[in-house]
Amino acid sequence: MEGRCWKFGDDVNTDEIVPARYLSLTDEKELAGHCMEGTDPEFVRKAGSGDIIVGGRNFGCGSSREHAPLAIRAFGIQCVVARSFARIFFRNAVNIGLPILECPEAAGDAQTGDVLTVDPARGVIVNRTRDKSYRFPPFSPEVQAVIDAGGLIPFTRKKLRL
Amino acid sequence: MGMTITEKILAAHCEGDRVEPGQYVIANVDLCFGNDITAPIAIEQFEKAGFGRVFDAARIALVPDHFTPNKDIQAATRAAELRQFARKHSIEHYWEVGRVGIEHALLPEQGLVGPGDLVVGADSHSCTYGAVGAFSTGVGSTDLAACFATGTVWLRVPESMKFVFTGELRRWVGGKDLILHTIARIGVDGALYRAMEFCGPTIENLPIDDRFTMCNMAIEAGGKSGIVPPDEETRQYCEGRLQRDAVYYASDADAAYVETHEWDVSGLGPQVAAPFLPSNVHPVEELSDVALDQVVIGSCTNGRISDLRVAAEILRGRKAAPTVRVIVLPATQDIYRQALREGLIEVFIEAEVAVSTPTCGPCLGGHMGVLAAGERALSTTNRNFRTRMGHYDSEVYLCGPAVAAASAVTGHITHPAEVAG
Repeated sequence: MEGRCWKFGDDVNTDEIVPARYLSLTDEKELAGHCMEGTDPEFVRKAGSGDIIVGGRNFGCGSSREHAPLAIRAFGIQCVVARSFARIFFRNAVNIGLPILECPEAAGDAQTGDVLTVDPARGVIVNRTRDKSYRFPPFSPEVQAVIDAGGLIPFTRKKLRL
Repeated sequence: MGMTITEKILAAHCEGDRVEPGQYVIANVDLCFGNDITAPIAIEQFEKAGFGRVFDAARIALVPDHFTPNKDIQAATRAAELRQFARKHSIEHYWEVGRVGIEHALLPEQGLVGPGDLVVGADSHSCTYGAVGAFSTGVGSTDLAACFATGTVWLRVPESMKFVFTGELRRWVGGKDLILHTIARIGVDGALYRAMEFCGPTIENLPIDDRFTMCNMAIEAGGKSGIVPPDEETRQYCEGRLQRDAVYYASDADAAYVETHEWDVSGLGPQVAAPFLPSNVHPVEELSDVALDQVVIGSCTNGRISDLRVAAEILRGRKAAPTVRVIVLPATQDIYRQALREGLIEVFIEAEVAVSTPTCGPCLGGHMGVLAAGERALSTTNRNFRTRMGHYDSEVYLCGPAVAAASAVTGHITHPAEVAG
């Protein structure tokens, strides 16, 4: 996957990704309209489908609201790359099938507007703008199994033989 | 090599005799739960997936606490979805307005969580129950949907960090000051993916309500869980209310910790976290010129009876500053009733303070005290992120109940000793 980068800082919390006043929405399309609104109210007008979000340390910290990764996915963001992820955001993204990649070097170098190519299967991120490539470690087999199933619901359905 | 209390609880809930940090396990839960914000998404996924039946209706709790009493039509619709699911699946641990309280105060109070339990909740502050010696952690809505069906959850066994507190706490200093101090020292991702074990003489002498406050904010340091080794204080709290047999685990002497911190807190004064991170902590004196528009006393962090007692002790015979809107929210109906019996509610009303029915409301900018642009609140809640309590250009400072009550009287951030001696 290839996309334009939107760079954010450290400790982006889920109140910033989707402010709590929208938490009584459950429709993904409506949530997408408020993606990143708490940190950059203009984001949904500037960014587009196919773009990539790049965060710093502890991306997605705070509330467990799954509305946050749902809004990012529904907006059309292809994947999130960060120095590190907060743990509930990490598991929510895995569970709903939003690709997230922990790669401190790539996240550190990338700036808004850079074009990134991400190959999760090979564990490679290429910053085309800066002509640099980075490797990131594979997920644990247990997490990869959930990802391969398409998320925790299909994974669980398979387990329950539904 | 021995095991920590966290590893022992996890091992008791999955296959095999022991677990190692970093290992992934499928664990059986004693209780799973969600609220009116997180559970509707779980319910939708559960129904769409065709899971059919829940694994055990007695081990599921649904708590409509965030936007209730329903703040608008959308919130009312979400609450209705919760109610319908509870009825359809005969989930008895469900409470309507008038009975409901804030989940992390309500579930332990009702005896649904106890020592040795493994609990997951679709709410980040589910780490609160470490205070009664349980392993408990926050998960997402999809996790909850799968857990409704299977009674299990996937977990990575966390490394443990040990925090040893020594020294006697000064007057007006409590669990909130200890945890704010801890987050300040290690940072908002200082315990990322890890279990935080709080122990030492200070913790052994710490009342249960303060332990709830500390474990509640483990997530604010990135922690997966917080835990206090259960002891006589735990036993006294759980006796007569716990609906299951308790198992009192303790960490082995040779258990492995990735980090150990030993802090003498005898000199610690009241702490305040300034915007926009819970780690931006200062001694209260450093922020004394900060004027306030609103003071909130309540939440899953500090809405328990001992918090209300501290606030009432300071507000008794005094009035809220005319420039400040003060809102007190007892966390559950039992706490509200107890506060009534002790005359605390009258103290608040006489102090010209608004007393609300239990709700998470203002903590997350939902209702019952949302901030306008340029407004500033001091709050006993847990997060001071931008937009947390309202407008993008509003601010939240975090503190314990004593500083909140003293500041309510003066209208600016104030050391409790200045007001109450």
